[in-house]
Amino acid sequence: MQPFTTYTGIAAPMLSDDINTDQIAPVMHGRGLQEDYKTTLFYRARRRPDGSENPDFVLNKPRFRNAGILVTGNNFGAGSSRESAVWSMLAGGIRCIVARSFADIYRENCLQNGLLPVVLASEAADAFAARVLAADGAAPFTVDLVRQRISGPGGADIMFEITAADRMRLMEGLDDIGLTLKHIDEIANWERRAAAAQPWLQTARDGR
Amino acid sequence: MPSTLFDKIWDFHLAGRRVDGRDLLYIDRHVLHELHAHHGFARLEKEGRAVYRPDLTFAVQDHTVATRPGRDDGTNPSGTAFIKAMRDGARRNGIRLFDVDDPEQGISHVVAPEMGIVLPGATHAVPDSHASTVGGVGALAFGCGTTEMTHILATQVMALARPKRMRARLDGRLGAHVGAKDVALRLIAEIGVAGARGYAVEYAGSAIAAMPIEQRMTLCNLNVEMGGRSGFVAPDEATFAWLAGRPYAPKGAMWDRALAYWRTLPTDDDAEFDHEAVLDCSSLEPQVTWGIDPSQVVGISDRVPDLVELDPARRPAAESAFAYMGVRPGMPVAGLPVDRVFIGSCTNSRLPDLEIAAAVVRGRRIAPGVSAMVVPGSSSVKRAAEAAGLDRVFREAGFFWGESGCSMCAGGNGDRGAPGERCVSTTNRNFENRQGPRVRTHLASPATAAASAIAGCIADVRQMFPGAA
Ligand code: SF4
Repeated sequence: MQPFTTYTGIAAPMLSDDINTDQIAPVMHGRGLQEDYKTTLFYRARRRPDGSENPDFVLNKPRFRNAGILVTGNNFGAGSSRESAVWSMLAGGIRCIVARSFADIYRENCLQNGLLPVVLASEAADAFAARVLAADGAAPFTVDLVRQRISGPGGADIMFEITAADRMRLMEGLDDIGLTLKHIDEIANWERRAAAAQPWLQTARDGR
Repeated sequence: MPSTLFDKIWDFHLAGRRVDGRDLLYIDRHVLHELHAHHGFARLEKEGRAVYRPDLTFAVQDHTVATRPGRDDGTNPSGTAFIKAMRDGARRNGIRLFDVDDPEQGISHVVAPEMGIVLPGATHAVPDSHASTVGGVGALAFGCGTTEMTHILATQVMALARPKRMRARLDGRLGAHVGAKDVALRLIAEIGVAGARGYAVEYAGSAIAAMPIEQRMTLCNLNVEMGGRSGFVAPDEATFAWLAGRPYAPKGAMWDRALAYWRTLPTDDDAEFDHEAVLDCSSLEPQVTWGIDPSQVVGISDRVPDLVELDPARRPAAESAFAYMGVRPGMPVAGLPVDRVFIGSCTNSRLPDLEIAAAVVRGRRIAPGVSAMVVPGSSSVKRAAEAAGLDRVFREAGFFWGESGCSMCAGGNGDRGAPGERCVSTTNRNFENRQGPRVRTHLASPATAAASAIAGCIADVRQMFPGAA
């Protein structure tokens, strides 16, 4: 996983609430096992019904084509657990999502893949959204995970909260499986304890 | 110290704590499906790792399988590669697969409890957000992403932050033709699509105690639509009776021992929750969604809300919902003409769901111009329904009777509506384009869906049983 320390880039506003995984990355039928995640990102919003590009969609506008920071509202990523909704963001160049809140599974999937989910409380979110709209893609913002702050045009630095654990994982780009396998003895111990206390949990056999 | 069902399961399953502060929670039963499993196998093989507990891992073919009778790997061409990759991966890793032609194939969340694979007090994970369906038998379940799935394959644990605890108290006796789906939709409408975010939800109260296990599963299925990852009902004597004798359930002396343990699981009387939501179900009528998220819900005799009745924060979403759904504020939902009806999905495809729908359509015909389909949640459900003659009831009424799978829930198998169609569906998500480009989905119970197929419009099932309400 690619570590995240600091990122400077264009911030694109997509300020509505409850943007769901079917909107972020719809299930693409007939694409086979290897999806083109970049194409999947906001597949429907990017296109008009006749298939041509929708010039009004924010990420299609020339100023935001290279945006790396997505700024959005409440409950971003509601819906499915499909990780393509995160992989498509990364394939489309988005490294950080600033939201008022995230859906639980989506946020976890972000952390698993080095996509930084920043949550801003109401007032900071209002102020930041206004600055992003004012900047209108003409000047970049910097998201600094080390110092937990966002800086850029239009005002003072904005501090954000993230748990020390999540911050460390992202900064070090830690391989989650490797991290857990350090505890493999404890896991084996647990299995022995469970086999004694609730043995039916440690075997799963068709008893017919 | 008094403790909740959730705390009892979590604390027992705690295998360690990682340096980043996450709890390592042991997963007793892990069920894969074809849409995601191949990513996990490929990554493990690339990294030279093995599946740690193939004996506690299961796999199903459900998301992409065709529903047409006589189906095989190629019937839905867009699923073929996934189905084959699932089969090869399961074989290479020694995982029990419920394959396309297995007599017990079906949707993971239907198959796992019906086979007795999940048990009360057990932890469970599936790379599908509706994993908490099996909370209906008192298991603690997690929908997970692909990377988390791969992590479980390699370690049999999930690395989680402990959620807070919420209790949803559902009291009162449900009226005739009102069921768990209506209760769940009302609850989502009340607390919103993010109302349970960060919480593990225990459903309790007199309405739950009276609910058959299948209905409890419907309720827990919809938990994620209010933002909660895990939702469950404490196991009781009805749960134990339901599980007894199922193929993977413990047998003999082991069953007795398990039973004694399971009886200690329910939340202690004075245990505390971080949050409580309350819903009186006694005057609840059948519910139906009018919009494009599962909280945009009204009672069947109600109207699409006017903007002024809505919380200002919810108005922009309502406006796009009006446009997408082709509804006007203030119009009654009943009477909206429908093109399509779908009865199925992990929400409402178990035998009692089909019995309820069949009771509505028996001796009737679907309205001209409506296409209607019933897709059982598992091949076992299908067999049982056929043994009871339900397939004939549906076919004679003009329904398509399909092979089991996810089908029109997300359309991954090619079963989809045509652009602009209005569909009453027993599934769990009414997001735009989910059941096909520009398809307008109204979520409802099997009873309401069946009644709407007969009437040709969104209908109040109670009016089809005069005198019964
Ligand atoms: S029926 Fe729908 S929600 Fe359920 S497992 Fe299948 S795709 Fe997921």
